[in-house]
Amino acid sequence: MFLLFLKSLVWIFRPPFQFRLIANQMEEFGIRSLPVVLLTGAFTGMVFALQSYHGFHRFGAETLIGPAVSLSLTRELGPVLTGLMVAGRTGSAIAAEIGTMKVTEQIDALETLATNPIKYLVVPRILSGIIMLPILTVFAVGIGMLGGYVVSVYMMGANPTIYVKSSFDILYLEDITNGLIKAAFFGLVIALVGCYYGFYAKGGAKGVGQGTTKAVVVACMSILILDFFLSKILWGIII
Amino acid sequence: MIELKDIHISFGNHKVLDGVNLEVKKGESVVVIGRSGSGKTVLIKHIIGLLKPDYGEVWVDGIKVNELKEKELNQLRKKFGMLFQYAALFDSMTVGENVAFALMQNTRMKREAIEKRVKECLRMVGLEDVGHMNPAELSGGMKKRVGLARAIALQPEIILYDEPSTGLDPIMADAINNLIIELREKLNVTSVSITHDMVSAFKIADRVAMLYEGKIIETGSPEEIKSSPNPVVQQFIHGEAKGPIPSLE
Ligand SMILES: Nc1ncnc2c1ncn2[C@@H]1O[C@H](COP(=O)(O)OP(=O)(O)O)[C@@H](O)[C@H]1O
Ligand SMILES: [Mg+2]
Repeated sequence: MFLLFLKSLVWIFRPPFQFRLIANQMEEFGIRSLPVVLLTGAFTGMVFALQSYHGFHRFGAETLIGPAVSLSLTRELGPVLTGLMVAGRTGSAIAAEIGTMKVTEQIDALETLATNPIKYLVVPRILSGIIMLPILTVFAVGIGMLGGYVVSVYMMGANPTIYVKSSFDILYLEDITNGLIKAAFFGLVIALVGCYYGFYAKGGAKGVGQGTTKAVVVACMSILILDFFLSKILWGIII
Repeated sequence: MIELKDIHISFGNHKVLDGVNLEVKKGESVVVIGRSGSGKTVLIKHIIGLLKPDYGEVWVDGIKVNELKEKELNQLRKKFGMLFQYAALFDSMTVGENVAFALMQNTRMKREAIEKRVKECLRMVGLEDVGHMNPAELSGGMKKRVGLARAIALQPEIILYDEPSTGLDPIMADAINNLIIELREKLNVTSVSITHDMVSAFKIADRVAMLYEGKIIETGSPEEIKSSPNPVVQQFIHGEAKGPIPSLE
């Protein structure tokens, strides 16, 4: 898989650039995943506000709900949950599509038509993943914070002005950018893992199915593991 | 023009080709016959560099294919057209886009010129009006004809046919055979076909080669093959279950 990554890296910078393909993939990654991501973001923000209210209420620190929601969404929940949802949706679609192309000799056909499959199939997917995941994450975080606001203000009776102010005051620019950097890495991982299990699909429909399942599992695990190490590196947390 | 020298290849511990030697001259039509699973597809994929031999050499026009770098290999592949067993059309594209693919990727032709060439190729296979359809809407025979149109778009000098008539009704199979013959006569292409359909093999071949147990055990004109004294060849071309080739494994 690392080899696939290196090869793709080489091809990303080599013309001709397949802009039309990248646009198609961005639609696949972005627009089609948006509803799922929005729904996830909204309910995560809501339930997080709900649960932290009960927690903070015990020692009278209700004003910390806003900051808790915004920090955790930007730094962790936004990128990670977006990554996991997209891994399930788009990662599986990538593995299934490329796997089908593999077992029906379409990849061979590409090669006989003098076209490099990595350039043609992998690079557009990786680029779209890297570009679209941060954008989706912005949406997820935005709607998540809105969800938190709605729950806190309308259900728990928090003061709207204080809630909003405290939510944004706590955030450093770094919280947002680092969250988005993580999201970009997750996009890369989703596309790369999907392509990898597609390319190594063997033996007909069953092989494609197995490859698809593996792609989702491996992508999700990698996101969770990578998240830990990226957080440690990006924020320089020393244990 | 094409020469396979002592090609060996295994998948895992399953030896598929065990020293294949085959020569194809310019303008010649060679048909490789052999049972399903005998390694015919594996053999043909070596010619165009889709597979690399564990041992042995593949030569095309004085170039050693199995040691080419990607860039040179793609250059060489522009001389080739390949028809796949199940056509392998790109199912995310229309028929027209499939045929146009090589022209879009590998030439600087203008849009109109490409459209014209696509029409020409589709007309040659008798499918002028399906350009806007999706591959999934086509029958097996139509898919193969579109596959053929896609293979000839760049005016190849060499065409590889992987079981061009298998799985088609006899009339469609004969239509494909006629197309193959027509292409050779009109465009003077060299071709390597593989099949286990003997009617088709004898019709399109200048020379027939039989692949058996990983080796080419006999080559000759259709007449020579028909009168071959080798019982393996005789059993195969007459399609008999009884003989030196075990029918059930
Ligand atoms: N990529 C591959 N990996 C593993 N085994 C393969 C591969 N390609 C072909 N084989 C095996 O090689 C043998 C010959 O296959 P093939 O050339 O497709 O036969 P056919 O003569 O029917 O075209 C089969 O047993 C097949 O399972
Ligand atoms: Mg075959």
